[in-house]
Amino acid sequence: MSQVDKSQDSLIQIRDVGFSFGDHKIYDHLDMTIPRGKVTAIMGPSGCGKSTLLNFIGGRLKPDTGDIRVNDVSVPSLNRRDLYALRKQMGMMFQSSALLTDLNVFENIAFPIYEHTELPDELVKNLVLSKLQMVGLRGARHLMPAELSGGMTRRVALARAIALDPMLVMYDEPFTGLDPISLGVIVKLIREVNDALQMTSVVVTHDVAEGCSIADYVYLLGQGRVIGQGTPEEMSGTKSPEVRQFMGGLPDGPVAYHYPARDYKEDLFQDWPDD
Amino acid sequence: MTSIRLLGRWVINSVLRLGRATMFLTATLVGVFWILRRFQLILQQVFAVGVLTVLIIAVSGLFVGMVLGLQGYNTLVDFGAESSLGLVVALSLTRELGPVLTALLFAGRAGSALTAEIGLMKATSQLAGMEMMAVDPIERVMAPRFLAGFIAMPLLAAMFTAIGVLGGYLIGVGMLSVDSGVYWTSMQEGVDVYDDILNGVIKSVVFGFVVTWIAVFEGYDAAPTSEGVSRATTRTVVIASLAVLGLDFILTSLMFSEI
Repeated sequence: MSQVDKSQDSLIQIRDVGFSFGDHKIYDHLDMTIPRGKVTAIMGPSGCGKSTLLNFIGGRLKPDTGDIRVNDVSVPSLNRRDLYALRKQMGMMFQSSALLTDLNVFENIAFPIYEHTELPDELVKNLVLSKLQMVGLRGARHLMPAELSGGMTRRVALARAIALDPMLVMYDEPFTGLDPISLGVIVKLIREVNDALQMTSVVVTHDVAEGCSIADYVYLLGQGRVIGQGTPEEMSGTKSPEVRQFMGGLPDGPVAYHYPARDYKEDLFQDWPDD
Repeated sequence: MTSIRLLGRWVINSVLRLGRATMFLTATLVGVFWILRRFQLILQQVFAVGVLTVLIIAVSGLFVGMVLGLQGYNTLVDFGAESSLGLVVALSLTRELGPVLTALLFAGRAGSALTAEIGLMKATSQLAGMEMMAVDPIERVMAPRFLAGFIAMPLLAAMFTAIGVLGGYLIGVGMLSVDSGVYWTSMQEGVDVYDDILNGVIKSVVFGFVVTWIAVFEGYDAAPTSEGVSRATTRTVVIASLAVLGLDFILTSLMFSEI
């Protein structure tokens, strides 16, 4: 499988990262390179730490060891002011969308613009409408978040994530819980927005088909490290049993179907309640 | 051995929590300094925590004043001192009942609402979303709410006291046989601006600070689940109420005791 050419223009470098939640080791010597201007999918089973990786890139968490560099800046060593300056160049779409529930659609998208710029209202209006036009929700600008469907909520969150034209947009499980039409819309939008605005996108997902359909490059995480990487075509044709199990959605394999337990027969003849 | 270990864990957790709350307060006070430039945000929150609490404060103040009038009259009349009813009602309200009951009602109405709102914002990733938009939630969400509670609480206590005095008047003068002029004159002669009113205002300012701090911190520190928000809301009401009653004893000792 090909690896990202480290000499090529990369936006994010993750080097030798180790991280634990209490006794549970999430990452062990993790190395990744996210190319600039591309859509990179980070896939892996639930609980393998995909979203944690986005929190590292955004500086909301610090790794125990190693370094994360975004645009050649070491994120863990930034002070608060510099971190916030870097975040202005990032957009993030959360799994829950994280729209501000007391603001309507228009106000949600205008929120980061008003917070970080002193643009006149007329210009802000035009900016917001252009983003809404991009996601097809210009007509829904007066609706409150509670009045939106799941797919519309994600589209508004996407429009808000790109409100300041960031260099990087991170998507945390953008395909989860969507109906087929909304799913198709989000898949199309992520690709189109990335290409139209010439930004870099990192999509964290466990949806293999959708992830592979838009990604230029795929990383597969498992057991705290990268267990597979390559273009979607390379990932589909791999012989690695771990990658094949995930890509094919096989219930048993290197990731066992059964949670570790003692012998079944032993369990059946054990006095109940057991110790 | 287990109980000693549990006690130790409880003490360590409590100290850690107090440390977190103090760091949170420091950050919030810095945030207040920045948010003063955005008056509109403060005004919105004063409306949410202050104006929307007026009804419960007004109704409670009226009933407390009426009960004070009734009880005070029944006691004073035995000593032929019913002419002091206005003074008794006013002193009870300005020194104690106004600040304390307002703070308890404020904790129940506005404090719990603040905790639930902030806790839900955390549970639905709204605070995380702000952080990722390079907007500090302590500055943008916590500081205006904290400042609003701090501003609203003394005003609500003043309102409670004023309406309570009117409630006492309605009962004492309207239903019982206390003379209207005597009711107001006894109050005018007996209530001292510094010893009574100012001390009451100081109490309400301190209670406003503490109740709002607890409410905002509990929301910010809540576990991001529905159960976590529910627990945080309950903790706000319980801790804030106990803090108000405990602080009231300390402040009263400092202000009015001769010891």
